[in-house]
Amino acid sequence: MTRQERNWLLVAPAGAWFLVMLVLPLSVVLVFSFGERGPAGGYVPAFTLEQYANLPARLTAFKNTLILAPLGTLAALLIAYPLAYQLAVRTDPKWKTILLVLVIVPFWTSILIRSYAWIFILGGRGLPALLEAIGIEGVRLIYTPLAVTIGIVYGYLPLMVFPIYVALDRLDKRLLEASSDLGARPFRTFLQVTLPLSIPGVATGCLLVFILLMGEFLIPALLGGGKVFFVGNALVDLFLQSRNWAFGSAVAFTLIVIMLVTVTIYMRLIARLRLGRDDAQIM
Amino acid sequence: MRLYTVVVYLFLYAPIAIIALFSFNAGRHASQLQGFSTQWYARALKNPFVMDALETSLIVAFVSATLASVLGTLAAVGLQGIRGPARTVFDAIIYVAVMIPGIVIGIATLIALVTVFEVLNPWLAALWPEGAQPPRLSMGIGSLIAAHTMFTMALVIIIVRARLGTLEQALAEASADLYATPLGTFRQVTLPLIAPAILAGFLLSFTFSFDDFIIAFFVAGSETTLPIYVFSSIRRGVTPEINAIGTMVMVASLVLLIVAQLILRRGPRR
Repeated sequence: MTRQERNWLLVAPAGAWFLVMLVLPLSVVLVFSFGERGPAGGYVPAFTLEQYANLPARLTAFKNTLILAPLGTLAALLIAYPLAYQLAVRTDPKWKTILLVLVIVPFWTSILIRSYAWIFILGGRGLPALLEAIGIEGVRLIYTPLAVTIGIVYGYLPLMVFPIYVALDRLDKRLLEASSDLGARPFRTFLQVTLPLSIPGVATGCLLVFILLMGEFLIPALLGGGKVFFVGNALVDLFLQSRNWAFGSAVAFTLIVIMLVTVTIYMRLIARLRLGRDDAQIM
Repeated sequence: MRLYTVVVYLFLYAPIAIIALFSFNAGRHASQLQGFSTQWYARALKNPFVMDALETSLIVAFVSATLASVLGTLAAVGLQGIRGPARTVFDAIIYVAVMIPGIVIGIATLIALVTVFEVLNPWLAALWPEGAQPPRLSMGIGSLIAAHTMFTMALVIIIVRARLGTLEQALAEASADLYATPLGTFRQVTLPLIAPAILAGFLLSFTFSFDDFIIAFFVAGSETTLPIYVFSSIRRGVTPEINAIGTMVMVASLVLLIVAQLILRRGPRR
């Protein structure tokens, strides 16, 4: 057996698995999205663009996703950055690791149970009851966009903190000293040295959170209570309740295309941002 | 700044603490504490639905993580020597596997497998000997394991490949110069060096599979995993039993995480 043959033999099982469990299913989604719904649900072969023409019927789901996914990512970033900065730059090295691990630990526990905790807190007998006791009445938190945003930030904060921490931790602290020696105030040092150098971490964190949010189902299902729903919730409804496979496939395929387009544009922008910085350094 | 850090940690841990606290609540009502009790733990552990779901989850997580670690490691090693268009295609597949939302993987697997089974089942029935009950392919623990293995295998390949990339090619060459067979080199040189990465991949896969709700929701057929059980219970209303289950799962994951850290830390020193 030649070396090449041996390599192929090693890759073959995984390749076959991906073919049957990923390539085939995704192709089926694409084919079904041009089909029609059967009389009792399911799928009837056809070649029609009807399902795609019908997409506006689920416009609200797409709108909610496209508003709340970027908004949730931004909210997570704004909360995560100061924390990552504090941990990476301002914390005694002795405590760094343990504090970072404490941020990551919740992420290792089920997101289902962590989101469920917020039903408890935001529900009628949680925070609103507490607010009522101090005189603020009629506050509704659960099943609002705010509740979903809180759930998103809570669920994905660790994923945002980690890459930013890594970027800030790698940062050569002598650069900060040099900046202050050259007379820059701390805030200016932050804006002109720390922030630009942490951009790769910020970019990775935002990308990870955004990708996961685009397909989110659990958080809106539990905290949005049918009022604030994402494309993911529409998909569950289409496949498990109304069994409209053709239309569901069109929705799923559209979601993938939207994700690919936004992620590609995003990566281009980030690449350009980095390129710009390199130019500045050369000067 | 310091205050800010404290507030964020409170935000991260208060919900978890509340769940743990109410899991020991004596009363049925979720809103007020009525004394200490471990009755909800006893009830959860005696509930046959919970135990069945737990068993299914553990089997699926263990089998899929094992398959993913073995096949993923083999693929990562094989991929090192493959270049050209085939490599590009394979890399693209891995990228797609981790980027596509779990929900899309779930529905795609569901409709593809159901369609394939509908075609295969009459064939199986026709080929089966007269009189005997022909097997019927359907969604269940098998499709669940297959779907989880697909996703977690991509994770294992990424992790193991990153580790392989840092290894010195010279080591393998030295081993070959000393007349070791390729298999011998792999077993005695490469494998011990990438073992921590494989273990990390296994644990990540196990956790992913054990916690996954959305893929399982579509492909589990009539099987119930623990997350599916918890989700449907939450839908029916908040019960202290769910608090107890949640606390147990969190503690178990934490223990697993600590054990993994200890093993991983010991790994590279050898």
